[in-house]
Amino acid sequence: MTHVLKIEGLHVSVGDKPILRGVDLTINHGETHALMGPNGSGKSTLGLAIMGHPGYTVTGGSISLDGEDVLAMAPDERARAGIFMAFQRPMAIPGVKMADFLRHATTNVRRPDRKEGEELIPMREFRKELKEKMAHLRMDTEFARRYVNDGFSGGEMKRAEILQLAMLQPKFAVLDETDSGLDADAVRLASESIADIGREKMGLLIITHHDKLLVHNPPEFTHVMLGGRLVETGGKELAAELHESGYDRIRSAYPDAEAVNQEMLAEEASV
Amino acid sequence: MGVTPCESRRRSTYSPNCTSQTLMPQTITHQFDAAGFDAFVESRNEPSWLTDLRREAWDHADAMAWPDRRHEEWIRTDNRIFQLKKYGLPAVTSPDVAPKPQMKEGVELGGSIETADSFTVSESLDPELAAKGVIFGDLSRLSEEHEILIREHLFTAFDPDYDKFAALHAAFFSGGQFLYVPRGVVIERPLHIGSMLSDGGTDTTHTLIVLDEGAQATVLHESNGVTADAGGLHIGAVELIQKAGSNLRYVNLQEWGHKTYHFAHQKAIIGRDANLQWTIAAMGSGLSKVNQSVDMVGPGADSQVNGVMFTEGRQHLAYHTQQYHRAPSCHSDFLYKAAQQDKSRTVWRGMIKVDKDAQKTDGYQRNDNLVLSQTSRADSIPGLEIEADDVRCTHGSTTSKVDEEQIFYAQCRGFTRKEATRMIVIGFFQQIFDRITIDSVRDALSDAIARQVREYE
Ligand SMILES: Nc1ncnc2c1ncn2[C@@H]1O[C@H](COP(=O)(O)OP(=O)(O)O)[C@@H](O)[C@H]1O
Ligand SMILES: [Mg+2]
Repeated sequence: MTHVLKIEGLHVSVGDKPILRGVDLTINHGETHALMGPNGSGKSTLGLAIMGHPGYTVTGGSISLDGEDVLAMAPDERARAGIFMAFQRPMAIPGVKMADFLRHATTNVRRPDRKEGEELIPMREFRKELKEKMAHLRMDTEFARRYVNDGFSGGEMKRAEILQLAMLQPKFAVLDETDSGLDADAVRLASESIADIGREKMGLLIITHHDKLLVHNPPEFTHVMLGGRLVETGGKELAAELHESGYDRIRSAYPDAEAVNQEMLAEEASV
Repeated sequence: MGVTPCESRRRSTYSPNCTSQTLMPQTITHQFDAAGFDAFVESRNEPSWLTDLRREAWDHADAMAWPDRRHEEWIRTDNRIFQLKKYGLPAVTSPDVAPKPQMKEGVELGGSIETADSFTVSESLDPELAAKGVIFGDLSRLSEEHEILIREHLFTAFDPDYDKFAALHAAFFSGGQFLYVPRGVVIERPLHIGSMLSDGGTDTTHTLIVLDEGAQATVLHESNGVTADAGGLHIGAVELIQKAGSNLRYVNLQEWGHKTYHFAHQKAIIGRDANLQWTIAAMGSGLSKVNQSVDMVGPGADSQVNGVMFTEGRQHLAYHTQQYHRAPSCHSDFLYKAAQQDKSRTVWRGMIKVDKDAQKTDGYQRNDNLVLSQTSRADSIPGLEIEADDVRCTHGSTTSKVDEEQIFYAQCRGFTRKEATRMIVIGFFQQIFDRITIDSVRDALSDAIARQVREYE
């Protein structure tokens, strides 16, 4: 059976401020989808709603994984069900070493039925795998001993997110601007890493402004978000066009969505 | 192991394999009153110099009023529900409680002393150390044989007239421990002190540690209640006396039951070029009022004080700390980290005091708090009192909350909310763990924290 992540008519608010206004998106396992759109259009919100961020209230619609109601799951249950998100802005957890964090995370995700306090995967086995994956990502082993995202540069954070993706081997992954804040070399490395992890082994939703990530990971579908809706869907040539020429065509083709987008941006600025 | 139990003068019902955690009812006790004091002294069979010291302390205690809430140290700590008359020292025998050592897990010890409700129930010291002149055992048992040594040091760091609790302690201390490490003797293996308190029991143990010139030792000292919520009373004192060039690591894990009163005076006196690393973990008791002072009296003395406080329920832990620079060129480094859950509260009031002559002082003081619930509270009051003009002193205090975004992030990596909270709290304390070089201590502390951490609402 191939896995499928299905989003239907999704409405999401922050507080009483509506952000997503009816999003439909189906991602089959093995497919790569690009999600593009101007700032403030709701891309991160979609990712956070998929993960179940408590500040993002689903006011309508549904998300399901292989027919199971994702909205009924706590965020950790979603992670254990095989959904992953690489954060645009990952959180620092001072005092917690990357290696310890990842060992616990990897155990929980690979053994979704594990109860609190039960054994973690054996240290030796885990270390070996972590070392291999870090070498693959050309990460210094010292990285594993640093505290989670604590004092990391932007680039280090993004690479740490990719390392987590590599370790957790999810069924579906949202990559939220994993390529921003990186220099050209780092972007190439990140792109290759994702390709290496094997995009055929996942369903991918890549949120990006650039095309580098997409060169190594050519999307079967490109979606454009504006004003909290997916206004257009195409193939990889759409991503190339948007990268080339920007969103002017989209903005004028969908004036209603553009108006909503401006309104959300204005509200954001006034806060 | 090479450790053989040495003769204990008092007989007891202690058995190392005992798993029972119930209290044998103590029918006869020495109360904290005149009659109780007389009977207590009568029962002790101690040399007269010690009895005289106790009697003087009792007279003072009797004449002293309880500290009231106008007193700077008691403004934030309400002691009114404490009733001394509910407590007394067991007159006959120690209660039948099993020891709960945590910090000696997997550690080869140089010696060990266990007490239960102020009775010394077992003592041991590696004969090799004894042959080198190391003395480690029950304080009052040793007070005759080692009168000169003990008289010279007892109550020199601790001040029996500090307040009524101090005076009561001086009059009634029992089941104390004395450690003396002679000049130049280095003890590699840690010594262990374990104090148990039965539910409703009383502990007045006095710890006197003396390191002679160039001596080195590690002491792991832990206090436990029979159950997590046991009541009881501890009125205790710790004296750490370090001669020139000596080196002491002293770890104190306090896990009294959560209905226990904990009043303690703890002080170190550090001589020239001597080194102290003092780690305190305060997890237990319902109400604590602790005075901890590190006095650097010889040039070049160095102290590092680490503190972990973690509270829950309605616990109230008040710690008044002092880094007292009395000689030039001393260094003091102080870090307390505290996390508060439920309706609990911690009070930390710290002072770096620098005498006029203590030039070239280097003092650092910091307190970080992690407030884990809406209803818990952290009072953090740093202070400097500097009379010298050529010093470097820095201090700081922070109070923060667990960030919901951190919890969510960890959840997205498969951690349950509780696991995430636990990890974040332990991470908060990591800076202290990083300073602890003894594995068993680090493990005991992180286990103690993990046991106490609950889901964060
Ligand atoms: N936590 C939040 N609080 C308030 N407004 C938010 C929050 N998250 C997102 N928004 C608003 O939702 C809109 C979409 O944001 P976001 O999903 O981050 O956009 P994108 O990722 O496409 O740049 C913006 O107007 C932003 O201000
Ligand atoms: Mg975004």
